[in-house]
Amino acid sequence: MKIKRNVALSDSGFVFDPSTGDSYSTNPIGLEIIKMLKEEKTPQEIKAAIVKLYMIDEVSFEKDYFDFVEMLSKIKLTENDEKKKD
Amino acid sequence: MKRLQYERPVIQRLNVGVMNKFGKKTEYAPVTHIDGNSVEELINKYGSPLFVISEKTIRRTLRDANRAFKTRYPKVQFAWSYKTNYNNAVCNVFHQEGSWAEVVSGFEYNKALHNGVPGNKIIFNGPDKTEAELKLAIENNSLIHIDHLDELYLIKELATNAKKRPRVAIRVNMDTGVYPMWDRFGFNYENGQAWDAINKIMLNDTMDLVGLHSHIGTFMLAPSAYGVAASKLSELALSIKKKYKKNVEYIDMGGGFASKNTLKGSYLQGADSSPSFDQFAEAITTAILNAGFVENELPLLILETGRALIDEAGSLLGTVISNKRLADGRRATIMDFGVNILFTSFWYDHKVSPAQEFSQYTEDAVLYGPLCMNIDVIRENITLPPLKRDDHVVVHTVGAYNMTQWMQFIALRPAIIMIDMEEKAHIIRNRETLNSIQGDEVTPKYLKDFKL
Repeated sequence: MKIKRNVALSDSGFVFDPSTGDSYSTNPIGLEIIKMLKEEKTPQEIKAAIVKLYMIDEVSFEKDYFDFVEMLSKIKLTENDEKKKD
Repeated sequence: MKRLQYERPVIQRLNVGVMNKFGKKTEYAPVTHIDGNSVEELINKYGSPLFVISEKTIRRTLRDANRAFKTRYPKVQFAWSYKTNYNNAVCNVFHQEGSWAEVVSGFEYNKALHNGVPGNKIIFNGPDKTEAELKLAIENNSLIHIDHLDELYLIKELATNAKKRPRVAIRVNMDTGVYPMWDRFGFNYENGQAWDAINKIMLNDTMDLVGLHSHIGTFMLAPSAYGVAASKLSELALSIKKKYKKNVEYIDMGGGFASKNTLKGSYLQGADSSPSFDQFAEAITTAILNAGFVENELPLLILETGRALIDEAGSLLGTVISNKRLADGRRATIMDFGVNILFTSFWYDHKVSPAQEFSQYTEDAVLYGPLCMNIDVIRENITLPPLKRDDHVVVHTVGAYNMTQWMQFIALRPAIIMIDMEEKAHIIRNRETLNSIQGDEVTPKYLKDFKL
């Protein structure tokens, strides 16, 4: 899973995709995940970072994580050719 | 390091200018308490889902309705519509506030008697009254509202052998300018059926015609329709006075006032579009006062308001079972209550509030119930903060019909509690158990054993 290179993020959770002109709003945890995906971190690294920072167990987060990246893929914020690797 | 509060990650497309079917965010604050009782503690104590009735809201709403009518008309009587919510505790709050009982079956009639309502303060409506039930109603001096000619003839027959003269009214259906026109109950005004039935009663002299009744529809949003109905009933009453020199004691306008719920497909929220009691009262009382009655012969005005008096007093507490993503990307949240206990979700877009703190982020979602049935949809489109498993919600304005039309289907029915005027919770119906259902089942002996 890789976020499109030209997707712009703001610290307040505003996400802009210049290739489609669409903009999105994400919450702080969503923003952290997108940032880490941009940095090409693996799901395991993301999970470890979030569980360390937030009051959530690994299993619960994993469920939310895969749902979230599925949504990112659905709204086409991810690189198509990278999608199948995850 | 102290870990931060977690919230499920969400991302939402920003739409500018155009409203989508999910509408705007409507929840800005969680509903953590009902009449001073913590939602979480109530669920921990009584289980989830749980119906909660606010006694304070019932009394306040009924007093508001009484004020609206009594400040405009000298003789007003409310009769509690049992079918709307016939839990005994609920009925008795209405009776304590002075409401009579309005029932539509022998079962409800007996419930009212059991609650201690005097027979002469029970209005017996509906098309299905058995001979035995009619005999009992005659014996108790109840107000029998005749629905059809077969019933009229049966009462005549019973009256000849009864010690008491039956006190009857006829139900009149009519065109009040609203669609659909309810013409399946009672006698039609425009084609002369109603006048014909009145003549049959008056000329036979075996029973007393004490009232005239109409019930023009349900969830009525046009007070003017009640004005038309009140005029037509008044005209009938005045015609009886003219022809038979008899005063009709009461005019019963039935029920049907809309509550603050939002009907599916309606553009405005129910709280904005439903008329107030004052608007209904103004339409009805003006029509009767201007009809031409002599001042001291004004009939008693009876109202059988149900939904508008109890809907807001009821809340349903529930819990999230799971979240999932539908094939088209929409969020689906599965709750532990479904259409089996929230029958009114077929009619309304119920307001649903989270019962715990949430951030400003929202998601468009579909709310499903727990039944393994495709029809089990609570809200087809709703915008809510991200909910996670075990989070609680409060569904508002569910006091009418849900606790009578609920189905024992797939799951057992939940408990009902009432929060009293001092904000103390009382259980008023226990959660069902397997025995509540199986208790009445009979398995033939030869079917008791099997080998697998």
